[in-house]
Amino acid sequence: MLIYGVKITSRLLLGTAQYPSPAILMDAIRTSRSEIVTVSLRRETADGSGAGFFDMLRQTGCRILPNTAGCHTAEEAVTTAHMARELFATDWIKLEVIGHSDTLQPDVFALVQAARVLSDDGFKVFPYTTDDLIVGERLIEAGCEVLMPWGAPIGSAQGLRNPDALRAMRAHFPDTPLIVDAGIGRPSHAVQAMELGMDAVLLNTAVAKARDPKGMAGAMAMAIQAGRAGFVADPIEPRDMAVPSTPILGLAELS
Amino acid sequence: MKITVNANSHEISAVTLSAALSELGINSPTIATAVNGSFVPRSERIDMALKDGDRLEVLSPMQGG
Repeated sequence: MLIYGVKITSRLLLGTAQYPSPAILMDAIRTSRSEIVTVSLRRETADGSGAGFFDMLRQTGCRILPNTAGCHTAEEAVTTAHMARELFATDWIKLEVIGHSDTLQPDVFALVQAARVLSDDGFKVFPYTTDDLIVGERLIEAGCEVLMPWGAPIGSAQGLRNPDALRAMRAHFPDTPLIVDAGIGRPSHAVQAMELGMDAVLLNTAVAKARDPKGMAGAMAMAIQAGRAGFVADPIEPRDMAVPSTPILGLAELS
Repeated sequence: MKITVNANSHEISAVTLSAALSELGINSPTIATAVNGSFVPRSERIDMALKDGDRLEVLSPMQGG
C-alpha cells in the first residue's frame, strides 16, 4: 500500500491513547506490527511527560501520525497541524474537525476548508471524514491522497454502521487509499472492513480498553490480514438456495 | 505584564516569547507554541513580542487516537 508515496506494509494503524500503562502500550504496538501510530498534542504539564512519551514512541520505529483531535474549527485544526509539524517533525497530519461534541462526527465543511489550506502548505493530510462520496471528492480536490471514513462514532465499538456506503466509496474511489477510522470494536468488525476492500483500519479504543490490550492487538492484526486476503481472493456471492458442493454426477442408486 | 499561559494567569517581566518561556521555567525542547491562536515557530520565538493580555498556548506530545 502506498500512502503519499510511502510504502506501508501493515494495514493496521494504531492509536496510542487510553492504555493502562506505557509498557502495555509498547507491547500492543509491537504485537500489532503497526508501522503508523497516532499521537496528539496537549498542554505542557509541569512534569514534562510529553517529551518522555515521544522518546518512547520513537523507539518503536513507527511513523508518527499526529492528529488534530478536539478541534472544532478549521482555524484551530490548521494551527494545531502547524504545531504538530514542528513538534513531531512530520508533514503527515490526521485532520479531525469535530462538528458535534456528543457524536464527534466530522464537520465536513470545515474539514474540506482546512484540508485545502494544509495541502497547499505542504501537509500530507489524512482526513477523518464521513462515508459521503461528494465530501470525498472535495477532499481529493483539496489535495488529499487518502480518505479515512468513519465506521461508527469514535470509541463506540459499534462496527460498521453503513457497510453499503463504504462499498460505494471503494467503487467510487478505486485508486485512493481508504482507511476506516473509528467505530471498530472487535476483530470481526475489522475483517468486515477489509473484506469490503478498505485498504487499512485505524483503531485505538478497541485495543486500549480490551482486558488484554496486547492480546487484542494481535487479534486485530490477524483479522486485518485475514480480511485483506479474503478480499484479494474475491469471495463468492451468497445465494438464496442450497447448491450441492459434492458432485451429483456418478451418484450411486442405492434405494 | 499579565499573560495567560495554558489558561493560567501569569505576571511576567519578559517582553518576548522566548524570554517568557525561560522566565516561566518552560525549558523543554519538546514543545510547540501559539500566541492568541496563531502558531509561532520555534525560530520566531526570540523576536515574538508579547503584550499585556496575550494568550499563550504551550503544547507537548500526548497520547492520541
